[in-house]
Amino acid sequence: MIRKLQRWISDQGSKFLSLIKSLQTGLLLITGLAGFSSAKCPYINFTTLLALTGSLFLAISGSTVLNMWYDRDLDAKMKRTKCRPLPSGDVTPGETLRLGLTLSIIGVGWSLLIDPLYGLVVFAGLFFDVIVYTILLKRHTAWSIVWGGVSGGMPILAGRVLGVGHVDWVGVALAAGVLLWIPTHIMTFSMRYFEDYQRAGIPTFPSTYGYQTTRIMIAISSVLAALTMGAAAYGVGMTVGYLRILIILSAGLLYLAISSTSRPSEQLNYGLFKYASLYMLSAMLLMIVDMM
Amino acid sequence: MKDISPLDRILLLITGILAGYQVVAGISGKPTMVLVAYTVAFGVLLVAGLLMIIMGFSVLDAPLVVVISSLIPLGMSLGLVGEYLPPLREVYLAFTILGLGSILYTRYTSSRITKVLVLAIVHGISGLLIFLLPLILSLRGITPARFALVGLGGGLIGIGGLLLSFQRAGKPVLPRDTILSLLPGLLLLMTALFVIGFSGG
Repeated sequence: MIRKLQRWISDQGSKFLSLIKSLQTGLLLITGLAGFSSAKCPYINFTTLLALTGSLFLAISGSTVLNMWYDRDLDAKMKRTKCRPLPSGDVTPGETLRLGLTLSIIGVGWSLLIDPLYGLVVFAGLFFDVIVYTILLKRHTAWSIVWGGVSGGMPILAGRVLGVGHVDWVGVALAAGVLLWIPTHIMTFSMRYFEDYQRAGIPTFPSTYGYQTTRIMIAISSVLAALTMGAAAYGVGMTVGYLRILIILSAGLLYLAISSTSRPSEQLNYGLFKYASLYMLSAMLLMIVDMM
Repeated sequence: MKDISPLDRILLLITGILAGYQVVAGISGKPTMVLVAYTVAFGVLLVAGLLMIIMGFSVLDAPLVVVISSLIPLGMSLGLVGEYLPPLREVYLAFTILGLGSILYTRYTSSRITKVLVLAIVHGISGLLIFLLPLILSLRGITPARFALVGLGGGLIGIGGLLLSFQRAGKPVLPRDTILSLLPGLLLLMTALFVIGFSGG
């Protein structure tokens, strides 16, 4: 009986865990922690850090699950996503919607209890992600990724707001850094899975403006992301050694982005996608480690 | 082409971490030009390691790799000259710029023999400087004995750089797969020698 229960819990857990997109959620959570760390002492304490981690994790997971629920018809059409728990029938739409709403309400509610302004920014992230990006724009325009980017920048802004108590230019610059990085991430991805997106009827930059224009957009967005992230890191007061590393990593990003416009290949495109993720993770970890 | 193995990736990751550590903590407090030169050298090592981890050894086929990989010995030797032979700083800076420019120019315009010749001269001079200067400084007691390890690292970078450059220039000394099998270990050993050696500089 206990074994059956354990197995049921384990099965349910793994099914629902895959609805959360752990890597994406993890990366966004780390940006939130980096934003919080950027505020430095005396604001940081362990209890607040734990509350930030918990509330942000729940809110990000909630919005991801709600997106999965809304996009289940698109996921079923795409090779890359058709094995996800919803299109494959492992979980029902009703269960998913309930889970998404529960996580979102607890996450945003907890955030508001911690600090109203912080809660507002967390709510804005969820609103832009689920309502504006997924429900209103994703199926109609390739430019929806700008709003996806805005929502992606909210966790780092939320962390910063919780740390300093108000919205400042550094927080906005950090969020803008993530916003400008997101096109690199999404556009390289939409080129790699071009046919999948076509099959699902989702407008993307490559399908709307062609590959070469998309590559130029990626290069421009990489340059702007690197510059903005550098300015934000300077504003945060990142020590010179860590700043040098950030500049080196940015140079790597620019090298790949520019190479991909002048000498396009699938391998380079995927390399840029992976490097861009590594770049953002490294930039955030540098910020966290430097401020510790 | 040889596929990159998990062990290769681990070795390259450690190389990247060591190079990153050196940029953050190992070269602080040096004159600006020296700092920039060392940052470029270790920075290229860091990014090269990351790109090989992500994209495999095929990244070495990119046309600019020969030029960018030259930044490692050129940056390292420029840093050493700037730090320990200040009267030669400007002359060596000019050699560095000229050397890099020549490698870039001959990549796209010259015959294979000219390419190899230019590479051999630039890598040879910078490699010899990284190899000999720390050894001489250590033997004379100007720097602690540990600094000689930078020279050993320089010897390795010279060998590795020449092997790769000749291979890229179409005149391989060793089979490509053998070079690629050795490369991650060689890069790690070299970077470790630099980091330990510079801690005594």
